Amino acid sequence: MTIETTATTAAESSKPVLDTVEVAAATPEKEQPYGALGLKPDEYERIRNILGRRPTSAELAMYSVMWSEHCSYKSSKVYLKQFGKKVTPEMKQHLMVGMGENAGVLDIGEGWAVTFKIESHNHPSYIEPFQGAATGVGGIVRDIISMGARPVAVMDALRFGDISHPDTARVVHGVVSGISFYGNCLGLPNIGGETWFDSVYQANPLVNALAVGVLRHEDLHLANAKGAGNKVVLFGARTGGDGIGGASILASDTFAEGGPTKRPAVQVGDPFAEKVLIECCLELFQGDLVEGIQDLGAAGISCATSELASNGDGGMAIVLDDVLLRDPTLTPEEILMSESQERMMAIVRPEKLEGFLKVVEKWDVETSVLGEVTDSGRLSIMWHGQEIVNVDPRTVAIDGPVYERPVAYPTWIDALQADTAARLERPATPDEIREQFLKLVGSANQADAAWVTNQYDSYVLGNTALGAPDDAGMIRVDEESGLGVSVATDANGRYSYLDPRQGAKLALAEAYRNVAVTGAKPMGVSDCLNFGSPENPEVMWQFSETVEGLSDGCLELGIPVTGGNVSFYNQTGDVPIHPTPVIAVLGVIDDVARRLPSGWQDDGHNIYLLGDTALELDGSAWAGTVHDHLGGRPPAVSLEGEKVLAELLAAAALEGLVDSAHDLSDGGLAIALAEAVSRFGVGARVFLGEVTGDAGIDVATALFSESAGRVIVTVPREDDVKFRGLCEGRGYPVRRIGVTDASSNSLEVQDAFTVSIDELRGVNRAPLADAFGPVVGY
Amino acid sequence: MPTIVVDVMPKAELLDPQGKAVAGALSRTGHAAISSVRIGKRFELTVDGPVDDELRASVQQIADEILSNSVIEDVVNIDFGDAEPAADASTEA
Repeated sequence: MTIETTATTAAESSKPVLDTVEVAAATPEKEQPYGALGLKPDEYERIRNILGRRPTSAELAMYSVMWSEHCSYKSSKVYLKQFGKKVTPEMKQHLMVGMGENAGVLDIGEGWAVTFKIESHNHPSYIEPFQGAATGVGGIVRDIISMGARPVAVMDALRFGDISHPDTARVVHGVVSGISFYGNCLGLPNIGGETWFDSVYQANPLVNALAVGVLRHEDLHLANAKGAGNKVVLFGARTGGDGIGGASILASDTFAEGGPTKRPAVQVGDPFAEKVLIECCLELFQGDLVEGIQDLGAAGISCATSELASNGDGGMAIVLDDVLLRDPTLTPEEILMSESQERMMAIVRPEKLEGFLKVVEKWDVETSVLGEVTDSGRLSIMWHGQEIVNVDPRTVAIDGPVYERPVAYPTWIDALQADTAARLERPATPDEIREQFLKLVGSANQADAAWVTNQYDSYVLGNTALGAPDDAGMIRVDEESGLGVSVATDANGRYSYLDPRQGAKLALAEAYRNVAVTGAKPMGVSDCLNFGSPENPEVMWQFSETVEGLSDGCLELGIPVTGGNVSFYNQTGDVPIHPTPVIAVLGVIDDVARRLPSGWQDDGHNIYLLGDTALELDGSAWAGTVHDHLGGRPPAVSLEGEKVLAELLAAAALEGLVDSAHDLSDGGLAIALAEAVSRFGVGARVFLGEVTGDAGIDVATALFSESAGRVIVTVPREDDVKFRGLCEGRGYPVRRIGVTDASSNSLEVQDAFTVSIDELRGVNRAPLADAFGPVVGY
Repeated sequence: MPTIVVDVMPKAELLDPQGKAVAGALSRTGHAAISSVRIGKRFELTVDGPVDDELRASVQQIADEILSNSVIEDVVNIDFGDAEPAADASTEA
């Protein structure tokens, strides 16, 4: 009898037989395409055990997307636990919301809180660079909204293939215009990030998008569905057939050569719809009209319903027919898996529903009530009057499979580490040094990234205090007091390839230092861990080393990881990318008026180098650019030292003793000097005698070494004594290396070279313009 | 001179923000009868020589690889203009 009714309904939805819970229970023998959905035989068996029957096709769809690597973190979970364990009371002091929610939240004082997160959108950005990158921005911004915050800035850490490869331009043009399109239309400033080129990313670019939001403490919202009888409301864009299974299929497997896809695996974003959604959500929060809220990203409704229910009272009953569709022919499975953009799900008290609907109507946001929260402990989904899903939501969202994947120490790494760059021939004559210096300045990774960043609006909203090309972006949060936050992202895949544990610490140290040089106090970390296939034991070793290094590093620095994501399967063919843990650090500054810029603006100021320089050229930009060499061990890093340096810089900024500070990282002192000079066209005379003499190194090493813990600052003459006193008081190495010279129009390094600023800028700007076309704004 | 017309539409499953915006404008201006709008692209390619098989194949390739982005768009029609001269001829006769 039931079967007959099913058949009638099915005719309407153009499906032969509706696979209801009842049908599934009655037909245990039916074969199901779990393999094509990315589930392994034992995972499928586990679902059958959990349910005590075979899953319906809708349940299978839900489990397959939610148990995918992208959503379940099944290969990384056992490692990520370390972030929760390695925590001190100091680290929790300002942490309002930690890992596991849509984004972490930090208390920054004066009643303000800030939320930030970085997330990958790598695979979609290779297939369809424009929409892939655009929806990456959209997705991370919705994570920020769902915490109750107003998004105030975005950043992007980008890694592309070899700049001279013909396909790189396609990806670069698409990704950059996708980001600028979405971000500029939303009216969010893009305050920085990274641009890297390396052939390891040729068929697998990394597009990691970061967003920052601010909120008052009382506005904090979480993703949970509490209170039986509360309504489950879906609002925003309609659900269509885009990105079906995108998360599980795209992020869980490598790209097969050829083979057309049946459904578009990508999604198309609409930034104007998202802008309306932001304002609508903020008004809903203001009116205290929602109990819990979650954005719809990967795995769409499957994810939102099962996560909200798991984090709340455990039960939810919804009617899938009430989902507003763009395409009425969608099957229930497709509706559950769709990744249509610009959608949110809220939990609303029945008595507040009217008020809720008034607000969404005002913003012209389409809304439908799908059902309600229950205390049954089951997620029940109805379609055409019949139950097609009846599961314990925790089994979908939380208790998915957890793998301890095989880990293998890569035997090739010993030979790699033994092949040190110290054996490479270093330039000895001034002419050679000059030539190699310019080669470095004009290399793709040290080149001026204005071709990229000039396409973004950095100043919209009027609160940007620092943006690209400064070391970190800075946003004013409170317009009265000047309270602000500073954010930087960093990763060096070359270092991580040589030594993933050390590479993670170096990335953390660099992001931390980049925030510190703006005068802000680093407070929290978000990470986006990009790796090859977890099924490759050597990749798992790299991953495990990275997480250990990063979690140890955070513990040592005393700042918590607040959230982030893991992206596996980044590889072309069998070749994994270099391990690339992109680390974002956020810091707080009491008054953005006291920020430190990176470029030089005044004449006759002393230039100081903070920190010691050693012969550390392994993995350096110099070794890569001049000798095409990658080997040895990455530079040493003292996180204790980084802490002292950060405190020193904050004190110097507060007392107004320095008027610029610039971090030294890839390319070492040479590149830092070039950037500081180029920024505002104020030249300098530099002498390295003290640096080379104290460390017993040659001029080339002093210029190109990438020793960590170093910063160059400029100090007005009248503050010289005070500044030196500050450094000595804290026991941090400081050496005077030169003086700014506004009239020279050149960078002169004694015993090495003199390069005019015009030549420097020309060489530095050429690579991106030559590869991708003229730069906007020059 | 023959003109070849290529029509490209966003894939049916994907969101078409432009079409959605126009549909919204139509409904606001009282055109309730129209429920949905999708916006595509029309290319008019003028050729100097004859439209032979080689050219047809090359236009098909141009349409698939350059005029459309196969990830998010479909080439829904290519009109090589054959119908027109044939029709003209019959009317004259």
